[in-house]
Amino acid sequence: MSILVNKNTKVIVQGFTGKEGSFHAEQCLSYGTQIVGGVTPGKGGQKHLDKPVFNTVVEAVEATDATVSMIFVPPAFVADAVMEAADAGIELIVTITEGTPVKDMMFAKAYAVKKGSKLIGPNCPGIITADECKIGIMPGFIFKKGNVGLISKSGTLTYEASNQVVNAGFGITTAVGIGGDPIIGMSYKQLLPLFEADPETEAIVMIGEIGGTLEIEAAEFIKENISKPVVAFIAGQTAPKGKRMGHAGAIISGGKGTAKEKMDALEAAGVHVVVSPAEIGETVAKALKK
Amino acid sequence: MNIHEHQAKEIFRKYGVPTPKGAVAFKPENAVKAAQELGGDLWVVKAQIHAGGRGKAGGVKIAKSTEEVGKYAEELLGKTLVTHQTGPEGKVVHRIYIEEGLDIDKEFYLGMVLDRAKEMPVMMASTEGGMEIEEVAAKTPEKIIKVAIDPAVGFQGFHGRDLAFGLGLPKEQVNTFISFAKALYQVYMDNDAELIEINPLVRTGAGKFIALDAKMSFDNNALFRQSEILSMRDLSEEEPTEVEAGKYGLSYVKLDGNVGCMVNGAGLSMATMDIIKHEGGDPANFLDVGGGASAETVAKGFEIILQDPNVKAIFVNIFGGIVRCDRVANGILEATKITEVNVPVVVRLDGTNAEEATEILRNAKIDNIIAADNLKDGAIKVVNAAKGA
Repeated sequence: MSILVNKNTKVIVQGFTGKEGSFHAEQCLSYGTQIVGGVTPGKGGQKHLDKPVFNTVVEAVEATDATVSMIFVPPAFVADAVMEAADAGIELIVTITEGTPVKDMMFAKAYAVKKGSKLIGPNCPGIITADECKIGIMPGFIFKKGNVGLISKSGTLTYEASNQVVNAGFGITTAVGIGGDPIIGMSYKQLLPLFEADPETEAIVMIGEIGGTLEIEAAEFIKENISKPVVAFIAGQTAPKGKRMGHAGAIISGGKGTAKEKMDALEAAGVHVVVSPAEIGETVAKALKK
Repeated sequence: MNIHEHQAKEIFRKYGVPTPKGAVAFKPENAVKAAQELGGDLWVVKAQIHAGGRGKAGGVKIAKSTEEVGKYAEELLGKTLVTHQTGPEGKVVHRIYIEEGLDIDKEFYLGMVLDRAKEMPVMMASTEGGMEIEEVAAKTPEKIIKVAIDPAVGFQGFHGRDLAFGLGLPKEQVNTFISFAKALYQVYMDNDAELIEINPLVRTGAGKFIALDAKMSFDNNALFRQSEILSMRDLSEEEPTEVEAGKYGLSYVKLDGNVGCMVNGAGLSMATMDIIKHEGGDPANFLDVGGGASAETVAKGFEIILQDPNVKAIFVNIFGGIVRCDRVANGILEATKITEVNVPVVVRLDGTNAEEATEILRNAKIDNIIAADNLKDGAIKVVNAAKGA
């Protein structure tokens, strides 16, 4: 079992024939992901990586029955691409692109939610169900199959966390990179219940960072609804106030969104909060042995 | 990206948000000329820097004659202003803004920002004009009125009424206030603003609302379509090393410690700073070299980190995914040929081809390159190296 995606998931790629889209679509295909086609306006009817190219998402969905779209279009076109996918009835829209204007996501997310689509990202590594389906840019081999669910705002820190979990003798069911922007699709709060309901997932690792309130909302939710052990690390304990730390959303504004307030809230909710990012793996091991 | 007060007011005027009449000056003689052209018998001379708290730091002067305008201009231009937002090193005043004096009846606060939890902009107003809004929020939160505005419907009359009546305005001033607020909403949306603060917003004796101060910052991700805003960027207000790093696609933030960091990915970069602190050291910077970590970016990264004389050791922490560690290792060796690195460098490479990478570094036999096995090992080694141990 897993959450959201598995070996039967049919995926299309928006921005299929571009440099990034091509490279990563090929990597996903070799991982075993069912990439069934892609969309590049004006290139409909061609073949790319042996898969059909369509002009529109509607055409692609009709021809392939895809339920997931992976988006690689440049930042200026992300909102359009997300809304097109939602309009075509895509169930899960995974946006990898970094640099989307906040205003665009404000409109695009509201529209996607209204249409009933789930959104992951933008500015994220994507989602992977170990040994079954990789939709994104992460190195697949790091995610060995196991019993730990992973939710993270960061890319390379997700790889670090997974690597530690694997080195501690465990593995991953599904890992979701939710993205580092101020407005993102699914957050911890929407993903936690999916891991709670997944029989294979026995523990959950949550990687957060400074800025915003998603981790605080997660803490409140965990307290009431999650029985599986949760291990959390919050990046940016040493970050100065008012400075943006790489991710558009990683900023302490008006003294709010510090690592400390998030760690305190999670701790109070019974989460195993690690201060050092090197202790994620061993803490998972301890939590699972109890 | 931030802009100056006078630039924000220029934008306000285009949208019909009332501001005092004013003119910018880079030289004292221009300041006097500006005051003469503005007319009247009272002027305000305001230092233009990208930081709040200018009034308390002596950056805002009231002049009762054009001679006084000249005197204050002379005094402020070239002066280093230290406010609670500039840090102890302060900021040099390169330009001033000369404004007409106003007959002020009452001061308010009006601001707009993205509410990340609601995922829509929120407009905030308070009767406590002139005070820091964070302070008002902490001490008397009931004095802040907030309305979230769904961009799908835009600014409606009721948003304005909630704010105006919340501020306790008399009913004959409500509509004047609402047109002000509605115009401000348009400024925010059209220009991809991240934050607008008018503190204070003043009501004149005649019952008019005027933006006495103006602070604006913008969504960096939207600057590609805001060329006019981008042309207002004042690089002299930004940290020079951060500007330089940006040119090479590196994201750099200077900190106060002595352990330099070079990492791929923003989250791992922050985590690296955190673990350095956890192991008893102090990070000198945040530096995300991006996913690629090529020889050129790594070389540039070394160069930028070493511009900070406090740096005693550097931690290169790369988790290779799509980018292979052996390539990164070769990149590091090449980089040390391009840029002279005279402090110990602890290198931790993990992920794709990590073992080959460690081999490459060991075989290179460079004295000041120390290989680390994992995140914790690297952090301990670099903290010790910075202590000279």
